[in-house]
Amino acid sequence: MNPLAALGRLFLDFLAAVGDLSLFAGQTIIQGLRGPYYPRAILRQMVDIGYYSLPVVGLTAIFTGMVLALQSHTGFARFEAQSAVATIVVLSMTRELGPVLAGLMVAGRVGASMAAEIGTMRVTEQIDALTTLSTDPYKYLVWPRVIAGLLMLPLLVLVADIIGVFGGYLVGIYKLGFSAPDYLRRTFEYLETEDVVSGLVKAAVFGFIVALMGCYQGYYSRGGAQGVGAATTKAVVSASIMILTANYIITELFFSQ
Amino acid sequence: MTEPASQPKIRIRDLHKSFGAKRVLAGVDLDINDAESVVVIGGSGTGKSVLLKCVLGILQPERGSIQIDGREVTNLSRGERQKVMQQFGMLFQGAALFDSLPVWENVAFGLLQVDRLGRDEAKQRAIETLARVGLGPEVAELSPAELSGGMQKRVGLARAIARRPEILCFDEPTTGLDPITADVINELIAHSVRELGASALSITHDMASVRKIADRVAMLYQGKIIWDGPVKEIDRSGNPYVDQFIHGRAEGPIQQTVKVA
Ligand SMILES: Nc1ncnc2c1ncn2[C@@H]1O[C@H](COP(=O)(O)OP(=O)(O)OP(=O)(O)O)[C@@H](O)[C@H]1O
Ligand SMILES: [Mg+2]
Repeated sequence: MNPLAALGRLFLDFLAAVGDLSLFAGQTIIQGLRGPYYPRAILRQMVDIGYYSLPVVGLTAIFTGMVLALQSHTGFARFEAQSAVATIVVLSMTRELGPVLAGLMVAGRVGASMAAEIGTMRVTEQIDALTTLSTDPYKYLVWPRVIAGLLMLPLLVLVADIIGVFGGYLVGIYKLGFSAPDYLRRTFEYLETEDVVSGLVKAAVFGFIVALMGCYQGYYSRGGAQGVGAATTKAVVSASIMILTANYIITELFFSQ
Repeated sequence: MTEPASQPKIRIRDLHKSFGAKRVLAGVDLDINDAESVVVIGGSGTGKSVLLKCVLGILQPERGSIQIDGREVTNLSRGERQKVMQQFGMLFQGAALFDSLPVWENVAFGLLQVDRLGRDEAKQRAIETLARVGLGPEVAELSPAELSGGMQKRVGLARAIARRPEILCFDEPTTGLDPITADVINELIAHSVRELGASALSITHDMASVRKIADRVAMLYQGKIIWDGPVKEIDRSGNPYVDQFIHGRAEGPIQQTVKVA
């Protein structure tokens, strides 16, 4: 085949996918805002995303904070800047690693299970059954997940920030020989509201992305168990790529004057 | 169309539906009168489920008209479609129970989400409805995954009739069940339809089902209704396609391409 034609087809497919996803997102927001709301469904998703992700996000955060302290200490020793360890840890956690790592972990845990659950509902005609019961799947299935993702990921990231900084603190005190008051003072010395806020904004966007991709891939899954499996993989991969892309864009918006 | 007395509950005219190049429905005409039970028969893959999904608004036909109580429903908005669906009850082929909810919440789904009943009252109504399909209150708290296929069909039927709809639809209600359970489900369907005074549109290829639940039978073949008459006349339809189908013969005008390697 003509390689240019293949490239063109790939590009058209990509545009079609972007269009489908935009329509899905638009429909979700329009139908979701219009109500009726399903508070029980929203609450259930908030618990599932927020509470049950705490262990995995917490573990990721504490080890990341610890390794950050260790790495920056050995690295910065080369030009005698070890004293910057606390600042490096807190800025990296709040601005970058907290939201990105939490987003990726939640994409793997929650995005995958959303795609699997909604995909199974699609192939077993449960979504058709919803519409015959006068219930809009966008309002009943998609909106509660998207809202829960949007609200809960910032909370998770706030927890991850604290745990990550605490991990760095542990290594700083017990391994690198900082004094506790000194380490804490340096942690807060250069920290600004904007650092934390930008991280939380990222988290909200990532939560939206994860839930949206999980629902979208599940909603359009086809062809039985195999289709659901494929949807699960696609949900995680596409959400991860979109998180990393959005991360750059938001960083640019916040910090490049 | 100026005589409301004879206006059918559902009127389907010249309905067309294709998937890509594949024509599935090619001009279906069918009426379902008030309080009448119509069963559509036809071979596998003739488009029976597609026809039902068009009526339910799950699939969009590309041409033709579907009227419910004289009102065109093929071009409704989402909100209007939801209103129309409030008079429907549907039992899916695989029951399609929500497996994240216990049995009673499945049965009470419409009561909770559409009628916005309180949970206690809805549960009470669900347990009453379960009793109507022969299930005891102990089933109410189980999850659908814990039920046998026959019980799932009963729960699906209970969910379909819980809001006392005017129109009931059944997609192959007895496939995958043993003959005795199938007969029980047929009895329950016939009884529920009669009790509610509902119009019913069912599809099946199980002749025992047809004889039990149909007032009228329509046969779908190559995208069209080729025969349509009272169930009593099905054995003397004089239509070779219908004869072949109800006797389940491989030889006849309906040719299936079977490749034996
Ligand atoms: N969503 C779809 N996309 C593409 N083709 C479809 C779709 N739904 C149905 N078809 C095709 O339409 C034809 C009719 O399917 P349908 O499910 O209506 O058959 P059926 O008469 O209900 O058969 P059965 O008795 O086996 O359930 C089949 O050939 C099927 O491949
Ligand atoms: Mg079918």
